[in-house]
Formats: sequence, C-alpha cells, structure tokens
Amino acid sequence: MAKIELKSLEHRYASSRKEKDSFAIEDLNIVWEDGTANALLGPSGCGKTTLLNIISGLIKPTSGSVLFDGVEVNDRPTRERHIAQVFQFPVAYDTMTVFDNLAFPLRNQGKEGNEVEARVNEIMELLDLGSLTAMKASHLNPAEKQIVSLGRGIVRKDTVALLLDEPLTVIDPILKLDLRRKLKLVQQELKLTIIYVTHDQHEALTFADHVTIVRDGFIVQSATPEELFLHPRTPFVGYFIGSPGMNTLRCEKTSDGLEIPGSSLSLPSAIASRADKLKGRIDLGIRPEFVETSAEERSDWNRFTIQMVDHAGAYQVLTLQSGSLQIKARVEDHSISKEGDPMWVNFPSEKTNLYADGERVAP
Amino acid sequence: MRQRPWLFLLPTLALMSISAFIPLMAVINYSLHTIFAGSTPEFVGLQNYADVMGDAQFRGALLRQLTFSLLALLIEIPLGVGIALCMPRKGSAVGLSLVLLGIPLLIPYNVVGIVWRLFTQSDIGVIPRFLAVLGYDYNVSLDATDAFMTILLVDVWHWTPLVVLLAYAGLQAIPQTFYQAAEVDGASAWKTFRYVTLPKLRSVLTLGLLIRFMDSFKVYSEPLLLTGGGPGNATTFMSLFVARKAEAYELGYAGASSIIYLYVVIVMSYILFQFINRSPEERRA
Amino acid sequence: MKKRSITLTAYFLLLFVPIYWMVITSLKTDVEILQSFTLFPQKITFENYREIFTSEVWRSSFINSITYVLLNVVMTLMAAIPAAYAFSRWKFRGDHHLFFWLLTNRMAPAAVFMVPFTELYYMLNIYDTHFAVALAHCLFNLPLTIWILEGFMSGIPKEIDETAFVDGYRFPRFFRKIFLPLIAPGIGVGAFFCFTFSWVELILAKALTLTEAKPVVVTLTVGIGAEGVKWGLLASAGVLTIIPGILVVYFVRNYMAKGFALGRV
Repeated sequence: MAKIELKSLEHRYASSRKEKDSFAIEDLNIVWEDGTANALLGPSGCGKTTLLNIISGLIKPTSGSVLFDGVEVNDRPTRERHIAQVFQFPVAYDTMTVFDNLAFPLRNQGKEGNEVEARVNEIMELLDLGSLTAMKASHLNPAEKQIVSLGRGIVRKDTVALLLDEPLTVIDPILKLDLRRKLKLVQQELKLTIIYVTHDQHEALTFADHVTIVRDGFIVQSATPEELFLHPRTPFVGYFIGSPGMNTLRCEKTSDGLEIPGSSLSLPSAIASRADKLKGRIDLGIRPEFVETSAEERSDWNRFTIQMVDHAGAYQVLTLQSGSLQIKARVEDHSISKEGDPMWVNFPSEKTNLYADGERVAP
Repeated sequence: MRQRPWLFLLPTLALMSISAFIPLMAVINYSLHTIFAGSTPEFVGLQNYADVMGDAQFRGALLRQLTFSLLALLIEIPLGVGIALCMPRKGSAVGLSLVLLGIPLLIPYNVVGIVWRLFTQSDIGVIPRFLAVLGYDYNVSLDATDAFMTILLVDVWHWTPLVVLLAYAGLQAIPQTFYQAAEVDGASAWKTFRYVTLPKLRSVLTLGLLIRFMDSFKVYSEPLLLTGGGPGNATTFMSLFVARKAEAYELGYAGASSIIYLYVVIVMSYILFQFINRSPEERRA
Repeated sequence: MKKRSITLTAYFLLLFVPIYWMVITSLKTDVEILQSFTLFPQKITFENYREIFTSEVWRSSFINSITYVLLNVVMTLMAAIPAAYAFSRWKFRGDHHLFFWLLTNRMAPAAVFMVPFTELYYMLNIYDTHFAVALAHCLFNLPLTIWILEGFMSGIPKEIDETAFVDGYRFPRFFRKIFLPLIAPGIGVGAFFCFTFSWVELILAKALTLTEAKPVVVTLTVGIGAEGVKWGLLASAGVLTIIPGILVVYFVRNYMAKGFALGRV
C-alpha cells in the first residue's frame, strides 16, 4: 500500500562505454498510485527488468530518485523497502518444506512460534497451498514454485508493493490461468500496489488497470487498457497492442486532399479536413476491429481484394489489398468471403487516429 | 548411423588392458603366491591375506592413512569453499586468480617435497627458525607429531586449490536470481549461505570430497622426500608401505596388501559415488 | 567486498611463500644457503641454472619428460574421444559397469601397479622407453579424460548429430567439421588434466625408466639422501619443472574459464 514514484530516473549499464545509446533508461518519470494493479509492457530487452530492480533496490540507478509515498528510498537497502518480488525464474528454497519457505521471511524478521504459524496458514489458505504444506520445495513444479514465491512475498504484513518480473514465462500454458487467478485474488484481498512486467500484451491488458508501455528505456504511453486501445499515442503502441495490431498508413497531402501513396483510395472528407491542420509526416492509424467492411458494393467506399483469410475462432482476420496497399480487418466468423473476393472498405473518422511525425493528434 | 559402441571403445579397451587389467591380474596372482628371488613361486591361497591382516604394521599404516585422509578432508573442503567464496566473479581478475590457483597443482609431487624440505629442514629452513622465535622446538626429522603435521600441511597447501576450483565452478553455476530472492526475503549472509549456496554446491562438493579422498590415499612422494616415512613409522602411509614391500621383493605380501588397499579405496569411493548420482535426481521437480 | 579481497590476497601470499623460497634458493650460492639465512639472496647467481642448461643429464631429462607427457596426451585423447562419444550417445549392455570400472582405475594407487608394470613392460621389450611411461599413465588419465569429455558431449544435444546425418553428412566428416569444434573447450580441459597428472607423476615414471627415458622428476629425486645435497641445483631444477606447467595454464586459462562455466570439471 504505497505510492511509488520515479523521478528523472536514468540508468546506464556498467559495461557499456559507448557515448551514444549507452543509457538503458533515460529521464523516466512515472507515478504508480497506491493500491493499483499496473503493468509495465514492452518488447524484450527494453529495460523493464532493470526498472523493476531499481524499484526494489537490487540495482542503484545512475541518477534520479525512487520515492515511496513521497519519501526518497535510494539509499535504503532492499530489505528495508518492504517490497516483494517474484522473478521470471521460479525460486524456492529446495531444502525447506513449503511451510518453511513461506515462514522464511517472517523468521528473518525475528518472528517465531504462533505468530508465524498463524500468518503462514492464512497465506496458504489464500493461495490454496494447504495440500503441499509438508512437501519439500525441490519436488514442486515451476508453477507451484511461483505460487510459493508469491506467498513469500505477501506473507510479510508490512509488504507495501508487489513487483513481478514476467512471472509466467516458464510456466505451462495450462497452469498460467491458475496463477493469474491467484494473483488477481491477492491484489483484491491485500490491496497492494502491484507492478507487473511483461512483453505479453494479453497478460498486461487483462491484469492491469493501468498499463505503461516502455520502449528502449523510454515511456511511450501510460494509460488504461481502454485508452491504449482506442487512442494509441504512437503507431508503435498501436501496433504493439491488439491482435492483430493497428493498421498504419502513410499519407500525403495533395491539392485534392489526403492521399495514400501506392493506392487510389479516397478518404472521407472528415479525415481529410482533420489532416489539413497537421504538419510534418502524416500517418493514419485504424484498428482492424474498426475497419468497416461490406461484401456488397458501396459507392462511396473503397474496393479491396481479399488476399488471405485467417480463421481465429470467434472472428476472422482478412488481409485486404488495393494497389500496393495492404491492410487487415477483423470480421465476424460467419462471413463467407474467400480469397480473391472483393471487399468494400470504409474508415470511419471517429475511429481513425492521425499522427503527425509519429505523435497522435487529437481531433 | 549404426551404433558401434564396441568399435569406439576399442582403443580405450586396448590401452586399459595393458595399463590396468593385465597388471591387476598380475597383482592378484602375486597375492596368491609366496615369492622368493631365484626360486619358483609357491601357491599359498589366501595365506598372504591372512598374514597382512594380522600384521600390526599393516594395520598401523592403514589407520595412519585413514587418519591422515580424514584430517586432510576436514581442512581442505571448508577452506576450499571459503576461498572460493572470496574469488572474483567476473573481470580480468578471474583469469589471474585461476592461473595463480593452478600453479601449486602443476608442481611435480617431488618438487613439492623439495620445496617443503627447503622450508622445514632444521638447518636451512624458514619454519624451524620461525617457530623457534615463538618458543617451539620444531624438528621434522625427529619429532613424530611435527612430521605428521608437516605432511598434512603440505597436502593442504598443495591440494586446497583444487577444492577452490571445484567450489568456484559450482558457485558460478548458481543463478543470480536466487541471491536476489534471498535479499528480498531479508535473509542474513549466513542464512543465504546455508539455504541457497550450500544446497546448490552439494554435488560439486561431493565430487571434491571423492577426488580428494581417493588421491590422499595415494600420497607417496611428499612423505618420501620430506621425512622418508619417519621418524620411525610416523609418516609411513599406505602407498609408501606397499611400495617398500614391493621394493623388498616381498611380492606376495605386497600383492595382498595392495589388493586390500585397493579394495578399501574402491568401496569407500563407490559409496560416495552413489551419493553423487543420487542427488541430481532427487532435485528434479 | 573488502574482506573478501583481503582474505584472498592473504591466501595467495601464503600459497606462494614456499615457491618464493624455492626461487630465491635457486638464485643463491651454495655457501649462502648452508651458512646463512637470508630472505633475499645477498648475491644473486645464475650458476645453478647454468649448470642445468649445460648438463647433458638435466637437458635430456627435461626432453624425456616433455616427450612422454605429450605422447600421453595424444594417446589419451585419441582413445578418449571416441569412447566418450560412445558413452554419451549410445546405451549398450554393461555401459554403466564399464564406466565405473574405468573410474576405479583412476582411484588405483600407482604403488600397487609398480611391479607388474615393470615386469610386463620388460616382457614386451618396451622398458625404459617414453612409450612405456605414456602407456602406463593412461591408467589414470584415460578414465578421467573420458569422464570429462562425456560430460561435455552430453551438453551437446543429440539433435545436432541427427540433423547432420539427415543432411547427408558421413560420420567422419560430421565428427571433424561439426562435433569436434563444439567440444573444443572439453578437449582443452581434458588435455590440461592429462598434461598435469602425467607431468607430476613420480612412482611409475621412476619404476619404468632407467637411463634412456629418465624424466626430470626422477633426476630430481636422485640428489636426495646423498651426502652434501646441492640445494641450489635442486631448487633451480624445481623452478624449471614448474615453468612448462605455468605456460600451459596461462594459455588455456580461457578454455578453463569456459569449461568451468559449463559446469563439468
């Protein structure tokens, strides 16, 4: 239960000596409110784990501050920050039983006896570990070890935040659901501030109330899942979120209005007039979900040809081609269109995003 | 490609039969005969074995050897682990440290003997003088305890680097994540060592134990050069004992004592070996 | 952090004190050694080294040692590599037992085999040759090398072998071009251990040689026990026997570091 803040955070890896590109994290500012479930999302290698380790105190940042509830904790060692961290690689103390694993953090604080027993039982019930109490940790499978790691994190009553570093990476898909469920349960019960690092957008979007997208050490956008979906700030966010990602089309202003090079598309006047005010490189972004399609001819819409039909269960993804332009659209599963068929397409203005030099411009 | 294990093993089997199998058969053969120079060997069955087991000298040497090996292990293993924990984990210091550790291991055993002889000899050595200053009258050639302790010290000096290397390899194999988790759990340095480091070092330490045990049983050159096995029998260990009998051409006796010697080593090593083989399976989750 | 480097430095210093002592003894005159006690030579002399380099006995001793050690390394590797491959890739009847029997030989004290070796090699007419010692040292080097190599080979997935065969590689070519480069660190570690154990071994080297193949370890022993031991000479010979070892370790230290990282020593 703490508000976590990073101010002007910068970090350079110890081994890099190059001038340019030597910073892993540059001028990062972010606030995570007390008791919220947050995700830190981004492609692998962009500094997410480093960020997490800076928050927990395992790494000291090159410059900048880490604040818990407004107090700077840069010089506080990890054990004094009262955080819990679950790592990508399941960690359990193999020589101890599950019970002793969970009791370990408490005993390290000097607690013992009934106090420890009561608390451990409480957590074991919450996480449904009762049947494994006396089992040696070395016999557990990775998913069980992660639950035990989670348990060790929350067994301390003074834990204020829970940091998770891609905890589901090595877990079997079948067991992931159970772990996710337990995590959500923990969050609801204990109201901890949770920061969940992942490269899997599905994990992030379903778990967190607030998602921060990180790329190359920069924060690209920090918002609710809905906001990220509807109004991605850059084409990168649009592409990274959603499956499939947002269509991004380069546009050019001409005397006739807005054109998309390589095709004879005509865009609705609403979009064209929005683009009037923009300067610089213009991109148009629209999600496959919002592309309007019709198998029957519509005179004011654009004609495309279906290149490929991907069946994804509840829906289909159509790859549509017009000239040298290719876009993707999502349609209902019961559509009977097949490859080679024509498809008429429209981009509704209210669902279309426009970007000037890579930044979204609100209509 | 078709499996042809025996073809691939042929060179090994050929070499080993000459270096190992045939000589072993020969030794067993000796052990069953009485052999005198000049006359034909006489088959005596297990008589030699009975003689050997009944011989106080033999039992003395065996006991001395066991004491020596156990003491050596008791010092070398913890010391080796301790030094390994102090070793640098990355950077240029690693290569340098490995080279420095390797040097004592590369000194021929008898050079080790010479080095320590120079060190401990009454008239020219550093240690006698040093200890004299402290008030202790040290004499490696005349005092049994001094002699035994010196050989022990030589073994520790010579072989601890091997334990360090093994323990170091084991330490390097432990993922950083475990230490991070222990830090988050608020574990003290000792608890971290006990619950993270030590369990993960178990198989490598058993290996070190096994190797050092086997090798300490073979100690020969150092006592030969430093004390000649004396004073009296104080530093006559198994290898020296058997070699002396062989040199005196008491081959029957030497043969029997060799076989018993070999048997003790194999049995104890087998027990330890089983232990190594069991641990990895036990840890599979 | 500080405590660690202090302890480590102290350990290394203690480790090297006897070696230092030997080095300075080798540089002292006999008079100084016997009659005075100094921590640093009063008068540095290279007389001892000169004597060794000019002496036929010492020179040939060193050459003999290097010869049989290198011979042993080659023989051992040539037998160990295919054997390790067989153990690593194939299951066959008796494989565990054979492996264990091999390891028991590593455990065998050389003293036990002294006499049989001597007699056997006499019979085979190879007594007092480099080949004899190299062969005898296989007793413990071969099992150890097989063990080390098997460990490294097991770290290479069998899929690589299978893919190569599917791609049409004949076995010799696969082995030469694909497999050997992959286990190079293992070969380095194995060769290192062979070299080390063979170079330092005394009992068999002494028993199996007389004059032709007399190694330096034996020549060193000869000087002991006699009246008026020449300490300076022995010390310098000792220093010289360490040098090849140091060179070897220095050059393979990177292989060693890699080998250690892979976990199988």
